[in-house]
Amino acid sequence: MAYSKKVVDKFEDTLNNPQAFKVGRFDPAELNVGTGMVGAPACGDVMKLQIKCEPKGNSHIIKDVKFKTYGCGSAIASSSELVEMLIGKTLEEAKAIKNIEIVEALELPPIKIHCSVLAEDSIRQAIEDYESKQ
Amino acid sequence: MKEKNNTIYLDYASTTPVDPRVAKRMMEFLTPDGEFGNPASRSHRFGWKADEAVEEARSHVANLVNCDPREIVWTSGATEADNLAVKGIAKFYKTKGNHIITSKIEHKAVLDPCRQLERDGFEVTYLEPNEGGIITPEAVSNAIKDSTILVSIMHINNELGTLNNIEGIGRVTREKGIFFHVDAAQSTGKVDIDLKELPVDLMSFSAHKTYGPKGVGALFVRRKPRVRIEAQIHGGGHERGMRSGTLPTHQLVGMGEAFRIAKEDMQNDIDKIKKFHDMFLDEVNNIEHVYLNGDVENKVPNILNVSFNFVEGESLIMGLKDIAVSSGSACTSASLEPSYVLRALGRKDELAHSSIRFSFGRFTNEDEVLETLSILKNVVERLRELSPLWEMHLDGIDLDTVEWKTH
Repeated sequence: MAYSKKVVDKFEDTLNNPQAFKVGRFDPAELNVGTGMVGAPACGDVMKLQIKCEPKGNSHIIKDVKFKTYGCGSAIASSSELVEMLIGKTLEEAKAIKNIEIVEALELPPIKIHCSVLAEDSIRQAIEDYESKQ
Repeated sequence: MKEKNNTIYLDYASTTPVDPRVAKRMMEFLTPDGEFGNPASRSHRFGWKADEAVEEARSHVANLVNCDPREIVWTSGATEADNLAVKGIAKFYKTKGNHIITSKIEHKAVLDPCRQLERDGFEVTYLEPNEGGIITPEAVSNAIKDSTILVSIMHINNELGTLNNIEGIGRVTREKGIFFHVDAAQSTGKVDIDLKELPVDLMSFSAHKTYGPKGVGALFVRRKPRVRIEAQIHGGGHERGMRSGTLPTHQLVGMGEAFRIAKEDMQNDIDKIKKFHDMFLDEVNNIEHVYLNGDVENKVPNILNVSFNFVEGESLIMGLKDIAVSSGSACTSASLEPSYVLRALGRKDELAHSSIRFSFGRFTNEDEVLETLSILKNVVERLRELSPLWEMHLDGIDLDTVEWKTH
C-alpha cells in the first residue's frame, strides 16, 4: 500500500484522539447545522460532515465542524484534513475548496483520489443543507 | 513470531517463513563446498549427488501425501502446477470434449488459465459455493455434461479456510470418467492427504505455504489410472517431458525437507493452532456484529476470516498496524471491488469490505494471539466511534433502507 506518512499520521491521530479531531455529531435538526452525507457502504466509504454556522456580514461563517467516516485510511484522513480546513471559513470560501487541496496536503496516491472527491462532495452537501434552512 | 519492529505475523495463509531446519538443508546445495551440481548431469558425481538429493526430496513430498514419487512433477510453485494441470489436461484431451468445471472461489491460478482456455474455445462452468463457502459433490455432479473433460476444485480455500469434500467430488468424476484436479496449496501440513485412497487425478502443491521456500511447488499426476498432460514449458524434456528446465536442487531439497518436517510436526502444529483458533473465535464473538466467513464446521483452524460490520477492512488493517493480516477488501489492491470469494458467498458488499483474514502458523505463540485480540477489540471500538454507519445502527436505522448517494 502506497500510503504517505501524512495519511498514516492523520489517520492515527484521528483514531487516537477523536475529540480533538472533531469526530462526533451535532443535532441535524438544529437550524444552524448543515449535514452532508455521501458515499455508500457497498462502495466501501461513507462520509458524514456537519457544519455549525453563524451569520457574519453578508455571509455565514463556519464556527465548528463534526464528522464521521466509514472507509479506508485515506478516506478517514481526507475527511479529517478537510475538517481542519473548514473552521473559520465563510460558506463561499468553503465552497471553493477543491479536492486537489486534500490530495496535495495528504500526498494521496492516484488510486485514492476518490476519497478527496468524496470529501469535497460532503462539504457541498452540508452547505446546501444549511442554506436550505436559512 | 515477532519481527524486530514488533509486528505480529498472522498472515501464514499468504506465506510462511522458511523453517530454519529447511534453510539449513538448502544451504548445502549452493556453494562450491556443497552439492551444487546439475541433477541432469549424468557424467560425473556432481550431477549424481544433486540427482540423489532431488529424488530424496521427491520421496519426502510423495510421502506426505501418500503417492508414488514418480507421480510428483516439480514446478515453480502452485501457480505453475495449476496452469500445467488445467491447460495440460484441456490441451491433451481436447478431442474428447471442451467443457471444464471449476468454482467461483478458486485461486486466480486456476481461474485465469480457465479464462484463457475460454478464449481458446473451451467452455467453462464456474460453480457457486454454498453460503458456507463449500462446493458440494452434488453441485459438481449437476454441472457435468457429455463434453466435460476436467473438474478443478480447490481443497482448502485460501481466504476462508473452508474444506471441500474432495473425496465426494472425486467419486462423481471417477464414475463419469472425468479428470479431477485439486489445488491443495493450502493443505499440506494442515490436513491428512492420502492419494492412494483419494479419487483425485492431479493435485497442486506449494512449498512456501508449508515452511519451505518460495518459487517451488509440485504437481501430482496419477499413474494408475494414467493421466496424461500436454507440457506447457518445453526445453530438454525434464520431469518425464511434463516440465522442462534445470531442476533447482536447493529449492527442491527445501520443499522436500519442509514436507518431511510437515509430516512429523503436523499433529503438534494442528493441536496448537486449534487451541488458538478456539480462543480467538470465543473472544471475537464477544464483539457485537462480528461474522465468521465460511462454514465453521468445515474449515481448517489456521485460517479465520472475520467481518466486523460497520468498520471498513482497510482502515481496520491500518489500525492494526502492529499485526500483519490480510483484508478481503480490495481497496488494498488496484481494483475497488471487494473480495470475489466473499461476494460469491452472497455476503453483502459492506461485509465483504469489512473482512479480515487472520492466519496462524507454526511460529505463532499464545502471547501474540492475546495481544492481537486486545488490540483488535480496541481498534474496532475506535473505528466504530468514527463510523457514521455504526451511529445510524445505534439510532435504530436499518442501513438497507437508506438511499445512498453513491459517487
